[in-house]
Amino acid sequence: MKFKGNAWKFGADVDTDAIVPARYLNTSDPDDLAKHCMEDSTNPDFIKKMKRGDIIIAEKNFGCGSSREHAPIAIKAAGVSCVVAKSFARIFYRNCFNMGLPIFESAQAVDGIKEGDQVEVDADAGVIRNLTSNKSFTVAPVPPFMQELIAAGGLMAYTKKKAGL
Amino acid sequence: MQMTITEKILAAHCGKKEVKPGELINAKLDLVLANDITAPISIKEFRAAGAKKVFDHDRIALIPDHFAPNKDIASAEQCNLLRQFSREYDLSLYFEVGRMGIEHALLPEQGIVVPGDVVIGADSHTCTYGGLGAFSTGVGSTDVAAAMITGEAWFKVPESMKFVYTGKLGKWVSGKDIILRTIGDIGVDGALYRAMEFTGEVIKKLPMYGRLTICNMAIEAGGKNGIIEPDEITEKYVAKRARRKYKFYKSDKKANYVDVREYDLTGMDPQIACPHLPENVKPVSQLAAINIDQSVVGSCTNGRIEDMREAARVIKGHKVHPYVRMIVIPATQAIYKQCIKEGLVDIFIDAGAAFSTPTCGPCLGGHMGILASGERAIATTNRNFVGRMGHPKSEVYLSNPAIAAASAVLGRIGRPEELK
Repeated sequence: MKFKGNAWKFGADVDTDAIVPARYLNTSDPDDLAKHCMEDSTNPDFIKKMKRGDIIIAEKNFGCGSSREHAPIAIKAAGVSCVVAKSFARIFYRNCFNMGLPIFESAQAVDGIKEGDQVEVDADAGVIRNLTSNKSFTVAPVPPFMQELIAAGGLMAYTKKKAGL
Repeated sequence: MQMTITEKILAAHCGKKEVKPGELINAKLDLVLANDITAPISIKEFRAAGAKKVFDHDRIALIPDHFAPNKDIASAEQCNLLRQFSREYDLSLYFEVGRMGIEHALLPEQGIVVPGDVVIGADSHTCTYGGLGAFSTGVGSTDVAAAMITGEAWFKVPESMKFVYTGKLGKWVSGKDIILRTIGDIGVDGALYRAMEFTGEVIKKLPMYGRLTICNMAIEAGGKNGIIEPDEITEKYVAKRARRKYKFYKSDKKANYVDVREYDLTGMDPQIACPHLPENVKPVSQLAAINIDQSVVGSCTNGRIEDMREAARVIKGHKVHPYVRMIVIPATQAIYKQCIKEGLVDIFIDAGAAFSTPTCGPCLGGHMGILASGERAIATTNRNFVGRMGHPKSEVYLSNPAIAAASAVLGRIGRPEELK
């Protein structure tokens, strides 16, 4: 799988309240949540400016705080193709594999990509390319069980198979 | 093999003699939990999977506590989803308004989670039950949907970090100050993916409410779970409440820890986390010039009866500053009743504070005390992210209940000793 889009950069410890503020959690409709994606972050106008397929590039501990799955849902429904960060908070990481938002860990890539750069993520090859600067970076390998989840189509598809539904 | 308490509990729940950090396991769950924010997605996923039954109708807790009592029509619809699903599947652990409380205060209080359990909840503060000696961790809604079907969840066995506390706690210093000090030391990802085991002479003497507060905020350091070895204090707390059999697990003497940190707490000031991260921790003595507009006492972190007593003891005979709104929210109905019985409600109302029915409410900027642009609150809650209690240009300082009460009177951040 390949993702291509422009980079939007965010700092360290972006919390899920910044990704989708709790004041909008009286719904779980993906399109409604997407309207507020990154609203309380350092780039409140993100949703107005970003284009479908664009990529979020963030420093360490992306998605910390609340367990709300509304956060990866909002990012995915906004049309962000994938998120690259130096590290992800645990529950956010787990949620992404469960519900199907592609995420990649690569400190090199985060340091080597600037806001607005054109980026290509080649998930199968484990490579992130900065098409603007013509540099390549390696992705931390996805653990085998997580690959199994992705191949199954997420946790619910995996569970359906296991439970014989 | 020598194992930590976390490893032992996980091993026992996946039918193995031993487990090692990094190992992937499928664990049987004693309880699955979700609230009015997270359960709607779980229910949708559960139905979409074509599931026709839940794994055990006595082991799924659905608690409308965040935007309940329903704050608006959309929230009412979400709460109704929980209600209807609970009736359809005959869930015995659905708690209606009037009987409900903040989930992480209610479940230990009612003996629904017990020592030795493995619990997942679609709420990040599910790690609270480590205070009882259980393995509990926050997950997302999809994990809960799958668990409602199978009664199981996958885990990577976490590495453990040990935190050892020695010394003597000062007056007005409690569990909240211990965990804030720790988060201030290691940072908001200082325990990422790891188990945080709290121990030492201070913890061994710490009452249950303080232990629950400490484990509640393990997630604020990125921890997978927080945990404290159960002992006589635990036994006394659970013996009269437990609805199921419980088991005490203890770490082996030579269990393996990736990091051991020691803290001498003698002379430690009450600790405050400044905006906009729980790791921005300073002693209260450095923050006397910070004016406040609101003081909130409550939440899953500090809404227990002892927290109410502490705030009441400070504010008794004083008046809330004319420029401050003080909002006190007991975490459960039992705590609410106890506050009435002990005269605490009179103390709060005579001081000019609002006293509310249980709800998570303002902690996550839901309702019951939202901040306007430029306003500042001191709160006994657990997060101070941008916009957490309302407007993105508002601020939250996190403290223990005594400091929140004293600050409400002073109109600025301050300590009980300053009240005349």
